[in-house]
Amino acid sequence: MAASDTTTSDATIALDVFRYRPEQEDEPEMQRYEVPYQKDWVVLDALNYIKDEIDGTLSFRWSCRMGVCGSCGMMVNGEPILTCAAFLRNYYPNPIRVEPLNYFPVIRDLVINMEDFLQKLDDVKAWLVPKEEKPVSEGEYLQTPAQLAQYKQFSMCINCMLCYAACPIYGQHPNFIGPAAIALAQRYNNDSRDDGNAEREEVIFSHEGIWECTLVGECTQVCPKNVDPAGAIQQAKVSHTTDFLKSVLMPWGKRQK
Amino acid sequence: MGEKAEMTNQSADTKTKEYIRPMPANWWLKKKSYFLFMVRELTCLFVGGYAVFLLVLIYRARGTNSQEFAALFDGLNHSWAILLNLVVLGMALYHSITWFNLTPKAMVVWRGEERLSPMVIAGSNYVVWAIVSILIAWLAYRIG
Amino acid sequence: MGSYQTDEYDIVIVGGGGAGLRAAIAIGEENPNLSIGVVSKIYPMRSHTVSAEGGAAAVIKPNDSIDDHIYDTISGADWMADQDAVELFVNEAPNEMIQLEHWGCPWSREPDGTVAVRPFGGMKTERTWFAADKTGFHMLHTLFQTALKFKNVTRYDEWFATKLLVHDGRCQGVAAIELRTGQLRAIAGRAVILSTGGAGRIFPFTTNAAVKSGDGMAMAYRAGVPLKDMEFVQYHPTGLPGTGILITEASRGEGGILVNKEGYRYLQDYDLGQPIDVTDPKHPQKRTMELGPRDRLSQAFIKEREQGRTIDGPYGDFVHLDVRHLGQKKIDKKIPFVRELCRNYVGIDPVHELIPVRPVVHYMMGGVHTNTDGATPLPGLFAAGECACVSINGANRLGSNSLTELLVFGARAARAAVQFAQKNDSIALEEIHAQAEVEQQRIREQFFQPSGGKETLAGLRTEMTNTMELGAGIYRSEDSLRKTCETIRNLKARFAHVELTDHSLTFNTELTTALELEYMLDVAEALAFSALARTESRGSHQRADYPTRDDERFLKHSLAYQTDGEPRIEYLDVAITRWPPGERVYGSK
Repeated sequence: MAASDTTTSDATIALDVFRYRPEQEDEPEMQRYEVPYQKDWVVLDALNYIKDEIDGTLSFRWSCRMGVCGSCGMMVNGEPILTCAAFLRNYYPNPIRVEPLNYFPVIRDLVINMEDFLQKLDDVKAWLVPKEEKPVSEGEYLQTPAQLAQYKQFSMCINCMLCYAACPIYGQHPNFIGPAAIALAQRYNNDSRDDGNAEREEVIFSHEGIWECTLVGECTQVCPKNVDPAGAIQQAKVSHTTDFLKSVLMPWGKRQK
Repeated sequence: MGEKAEMTNQSADTKTKEYIRPMPANWWLKKKSYFLFMVRELTCLFVGGYAVFLLVLIYRARGTNSQEFAALFDGLNHSWAILLNLVVLGMALYHSITWFNLTPKAMVVWRGEERLSPMVIAGSNYVVWAIVSILIAWLAYRIG
Repeated sequence: MGSYQTDEYDIVIVGGGGAGLRAAIAIGEENPNLSIGVVSKIYPMRSHTVSAEGGAAAVIKPNDSIDDHIYDTISGADWMADQDAVELFVNEAPNEMIQLEHWGCPWSREPDGTVAVRPFGGMKTERTWFAADKTGFHMLHTLFQTALKFKNVTRYDEWFATKLLVHDGRCQGVAAIELRTGQLRAIAGRAVILSTGGAGRIFPFTTNAAVKSGDGMAMAYRAGVPLKDMEFVQYHPTGLPGTGILITEASRGEGGILVNKEGYRYLQDYDLGQPIDVTDPKHPQKRTMELGPRDRLSQAFIKEREQGRTIDGPYGDFVHLDVRHLGQKKIDKKIPFVRELCRNYVGIDPVHELIPVRPVVHYMMGGVHTNTDGATPLPGLFAAGECACVSINGANRLGSNSLTELLVFGARAARAAVQFAQKNDSIALEEIHAQAEVEQQRIREQFFQPSGGKETLAGLRTEMTNTMELGAGIYRSEDSLRKTCETIRNLKARFAHVELTDHSLTFNTELTTALELEYMLDVAEALAFSALARTESRGSHQRADYPTRDDERFLKHSLAYQTDGEPRIEYLDVAITRWPPGERVYGSK
């Protein structure tokens, strides 16, 4: 919807926005903007209004505005949320504080550096390691709906990183692999077509992997797609522990998947 | 306030100054859920501490007759001791309840395409707890 | 070779969506000794492929046939599709889709573990593979995660391409701005593949994300490559009013119906067959009523509007999509994302209430002119995906063909680019870098010097989208198109007076918005003039003044070439093999 829709009333709402212009200043500051209040506007609409009509120098990421691309995550009143899903009416008439996602370095205004996350996707080998080679001519791997259900929830991650912004462990230990990366690793570990557990083990079942997590649980709370990364991590802890116990108590047995 | 990180990007000749926001030491006071998390973590100390206390008690009770055994508990009749016990009880209850409620996160039981409801998984902990508590109470009644 | 230090690659891919990533994987797998640079203005998993919902078509079930898929596609395209390309596409589709499954795509399944398919608009048999109703999301993430495996792929994430670098009649790279630092560099390649998507953002109501500004189309256009069939714009019949958010065709594939103000299934009045009761096991009937082709459904809406039978709302008029009879279980299993979107953005629960919908711009059938190998007339330049026009979609695309198109033509363009790169070893590095310098200067002068005019980006953009909707919408006329052409030419002239308020280098999104608007004006120009020149009605291009199809004069693709003045429109015959032009018939077996 066009950000410059005609307003039906004169109601406005204030946005206090985090500004950081590395070429001009060393420290960030908060800047207040008054934008028209529309009942079905989201914070993203308000930001676009600011950029179009008030201050063209405000930088932020956005794209699909329907909660599936994962670009527009920011801290709104201290909570990580997709700004395309944060309705102004839930905050009105109080001012809304908009800041970049926590625990990531800020490049400019509301734009954070997410290279760390991408590196972690690489580290956990977030791709399918096929269990059996099968030529395309033989058709698809068979996978029953029950087998699909085993990993489907973890496959819904849109890489928005709200979970990282909610995790105080990540805040204190940036080496922590983190909720989304571990959930994605589990997505493949639990996929009946995959055989990459052993390859992912070293990174996932490490001090920087699942064992860094103390189940604060905020990641699952803020996830907009119900991926339940906290669940993924705890389940990984259980399976890692049982695998370990089995290998110790029954060393003759073959490693179960 | 914050640190400025000098970061070389892909090209060697330009740099960007990224801003790193420090994590405050009182981060756990900023959000209710963070605070409750810290409380939960803290309860371990009380639960662990009480376990040590019980072990010491058992150790001291070796080879005592009923009179000496009763004497062990004299010191615990003071109001501060009772208060402490109540606090530990509260902590232990909070500890148990939060962890029971979290078991569905770690334990997933599949029925075809559907998962067993988290309520059932968490609930089964309470059921077992109740059964064990009743058993112990009955034993204590029998022995005592 | 192939690193950030040298910025020199065997193949450079611009655009990291479905087609671009498929191309990168094709080369990564088949030619591990070649280096690939993928340049994307956003992180690849943010690409618009991610928003696609309904599914991807490929013949796989025993009750289906290759010829049927071909015929459905050709008739759906109103005979504007090149039949040799369609034959190729339909034949290669099943293998590409199985390949994607082998890479881990979580397709929804039948109880026996085989891939499930569902009915879709304009198709005689169900052949649309789906991953719930987030097919594009799952496809894109599967492709992105698979691409991570290949260490010969170097990604330039958040690098904004501004110009194709051409020397000696060959495309040898692209100039791009690193958003993080604002510096512009040449990224050189022996071959360049454009996979930058469509340009829905030139219209005001669209399912398209912010990034769909036709960047690659405009870059090719400016480099002398013609844009083909630009006048054919698809309006998806069911977008949410106001936001334009997509409500997938799958909701109709699963049995949803469209009703007007009076609760009447109005599509029966528009030559799309007769409705049967929703409880009838044969509902929904293929190629009938709500499963007709998208252009006809969108046109029916306009006709209903003219007769006052649409419902008025704060964001314009709409009709209702009714899926209540599917029941909660089916909705949560097959179209859960639809339910989520309705609840979040309209505040209604489709399990109990009617969904307000209206046609919104969704897809560009037209694009950079390529052959069936994805090669453009400019040696060294290839294109695939929505930004390209092969053409398999002709005058109207069938739903679920475009996701498959990304795979088939992404791979084909990659292989053709590899062949070209292997035969054309040299890169004129000095000239390429010099051109990049000039481009950097151009941007500095155009956007950072005082221009003495008070044009705003938002103002120009609003005027552009308004004139496109008014004059080049679902129904067009000579009058409306002339006005739009003039307005666009005028807006292009006024664009010279844009001065940015943000003069910084670090992540300057005002600059990228300005560059995108500049691209959009070029694409809008090609579109409007192509539409003006086509004096017939075919598929999604409907002329009120020329209401019939004219195969004698117009069974040809339009080719729009940029000039110093108005674009020059030429024509190219459509390739006909086994299916001579016929009537598009829907609503009967």
